[in-house]
Amino acid sequence: MSLRNAFLRNWISPHNAMLALLILLMFAGVTALYPQFASGENLRDALDDTAILILLALGQMLVIITRGIDLSVAANVALTGMCVALLNHSHPELGMWIIVLLSIGIGALLGLINGLLVWQVNIPPIVVTLGTMAIYRGAAFLISGGKWVTSGDMSESFLGMVRSANFGISNLSALALLCALGMWLFLTCSTSGRNLYAAGNNPSAATYIGVNVGRTQCLAFTLCGAIAGLCGYLWAARYAVAYTDTANGFELTVIAACVIGGVSIIGGIGSVLGLLLGCLFLGVIKNALPLLGVSPFWQTAISGVVILSAVIVNAAQTTRTRQKILEEPAS
Amino acid sequence: MSAPSPPSATQRAASPVLQLQGITKSFGGTRALVSGELELFPGTVTALIGENGAGKSTLVKILTGVYQPDDGRIIIDGKPVVVKSPHHAQQHGISVIHQESVVFDELSVAENIFITARPRKFGKIDWATMREQSQRILARLGSSLSPDTPLRELSIAQKHLVQIARALSHNARVVIMDEPTAALSHHEAQELLQIVRDLRNEGRAVLFITHKFDEIFAVADRYAVFRDGAAIEQGWLCDTSLDALIKLMVGRSIEQLYPKQPAVLGEEVLRIENLSRTSEFADISFNLRRGEILGIYGLVGAGRSELMQCLFGVNQADSGQIIRNGLPVTARHSSEAIAQGIAYVPEDRQHQGAVQAFSIGSNITLPTLNYFARMSWLNPDSEAGTATAWAQRLQVKCASIEQAISELSGGNQQKVILAKWLLAAPKVLILDEPTKGIDVGSKSAVHALMSELAQQGLSIIMVSSELPEVLGMSDRVLVMRRGRMAGMLDRAQADAESILRLATAA
Repeated sequence: MSLRNAFLRNWISPHNAMLALLILLMFAGVTALYPQFASGENLRDALDDTAILILLALGQMLVIITRGIDLSVAANVALTGMCVALLNHSHPELGMWIIVLLSIGIGALLGLINGLLVWQVNIPPIVVTLGTMAIYRGAAFLISGGKWVTSGDMSESFLGMVRSANFGISNLSALALLCALGMWLFLTCSTSGRNLYAAGNNPSAATYIGVNVGRTQCLAFTLCGAIAGLCGYLWAARYAVAYTDTANGFELTVIAACVIGGVSIIGGIGSVLGLLLGCLFLGVIKNALPLLGVSPFWQTAISGVVILSAVIVNAAQTTRTRQKILEEPAS
Repeated sequence: MSAPSPPSATQRAASPVLQLQGITKSFGGTRALVSGELELFPGTVTALIGENGAGKSTLVKILTGVYQPDDGRIIIDGKPVVVKSPHHAQQHGISVIHQESVVFDELSVAENIFITARPRKFGKIDWATMREQSQRILARLGSSLSPDTPLRELSIAQKHLVQIARALSHNARVVIMDEPTAALSHHEAQELLQIVRDLRNEGRAVLFITHKFDEIFAVADRYAVFRDGAAIEQGWLCDTSLDALIKLMVGRSIEQLYPKQPAVLGEEVLRIENLSRTSEFADISFNLRRGEILGIYGLVGAGRSELMQCLFGVNQADSGQIIRNGLPVTARHSSEAIAQGIAYVPEDRQHQGAVQAFSIGSNITLPTLNYFARMSWLNPDSEAGTATAWAQRLQVKCASIEQAISELSGGNQQKVILAKWLLAAPKVLILDEPTKGIDVGSKSAVHALMSELAQQGLSIIMVSSELPEVLGMSDRVLVMRRGRMAGMLDRAQADAESILRLATAA
């Protein structure tokens, strides 16, 4: 008997199994029509495209588990990306590690601002991040004067680091998978991870056992910000451009990936495996639709319908499990 | 405890308004009801008695159309009927007043009373009639509530009253009350019991579900005992006794409900001096010795829980001192109080005690995660081992500690919550309503455990609204009234009358 098993059981939930099945079916269907979809190159590209989504969703999940929401992640990506791109332009000699650490630092600072406003000033997370979302994006405009930083302005190593690959997997994808592994360890095997779930599931009970709920929320926001900052650099390097509207609206895709992945929007519930499946699900759709020749105008609408359907299926399932719990008589 | 009066001739002569015959209900493989038998008579209060899990809730849900029985008959006025839904039950004249108020906080009293059947005129809501009828019903209940008051401004007792008014607005002939006094103070409960008597005198059949025997004997005419999903016995209350009922309920005799063993009191571990917090409580002073159980009694709203929250660092006092082992301490957060050796089991299990999404094991180890971690990385095996040992020690009835805590009954959840605090090895344990809403068997187990812990030298502060519990378990009783100390009584001095007099200033 082990508590590890209990956590494992949550992981291999019906929800995750169903999502995995759905992804496989979509994958098989598209491949049957367009065999090139399953080609190594296309899959690598698809994974690379999904990597940043995975990273951002990992951070967002922490915030949602503690009953918050971070609308400012995409703006954080834009601002941090702009900062490091400008720095790279003016000081191309700076080592890549400095760029990476700096992006994480700036991102964490932006996240910390969100966290402190939620914890110390007691403003609801959605309101805080709605405000900082606009502020961070505005700041990106201010420091760039509205200009674009393009590939010509970036150094070889700045652009190359995300692209170079080991064992056929790009650094970008490898980083996302490593972060997912780290997050899994953090959430399942550390005291802070356990307290994070407790604070989200029952803040009042968590307070009584000595968990500082506000500080836990602040920690989640800071970690989320740190990851978003890292993604700022990754985004600028991968797409070889930094401008004010970088990743505009991407925060909603990130939240959608969390919701599809079974992260409860009311907090306390969510697993890394489910989240990865949620991101893959969105990744497959995003890559398959252009291949099937669907017009870009329709792509957004179709993605929306698919997201809603996935969530409806998920909701129907939770209702069923809820009822089952209710019916079980106390022994 | 007042003796129940024998039934009047009309009560005896009446034929049942509602009968349940051979009701069975299974969920999956578990049989919640084996043979549900019940007769309710007009002008009679019937007490439904049984431990948690005896099938009372299932029976109520079948009566009100929430569940459909697998087998058996519901007979109203001699005719078999099918109760399809709660709305359908209302049409048959069956109304429920739930344990937790089912009301709408942002709507007015009148809107809440007529929530399902708003009077209409020309297709629009007829506000004037609604207000007027509300006033009439409330007046009948002896209440002067304004129909326009929003529900959020009312106390729990007043919300119950609104629910009762709602039942009257349907002209319910059968009124079911599921532990209506659980959240009420003694005084409020007495007023509610008077309303129950009024309902009876109007000729309605009342089904009264409660864990409190004094209320049963104060208000009920008949009793129906359930055990393990089966009806055990029904009859007139005047023909039975408390001991007989308890025996029927648990199927075994409980020699003593309150097995407090005398404990040797040691040195002072905690002293409170003139503790005050604006608008909550003022000038509270007491001390607590090693191995002592200090009972704190007061009506709901007397400031007891607020005081405890200050001792535990959830809130901060404005003035006064908390002295632990001779040194003044301050706790700005509960984690600091825990570090000082104080543990707090809050009153509201659902909302403040258990993390419902967690397993039993994870709940037990939650306050002491550091015991199982090296550099904050958890060792799941040592965690599971300890959790299992504690679950067994407190006799938590579960398949394994991996089971979700939400699947346990109230009594077993309370044992899990006690386990998690005992694991933290506190010096002072604060228990806020430790046996509220749990069955007699679990209650007895909790009391025995408290007594054992006190003998081992743990100091316990027990906040309770149940007089027998306070009298039975406490070495001393601190009585609070409206945020102030009304008195401190030794075990020898304390009796129900003197405590009640202090608490109510009667």
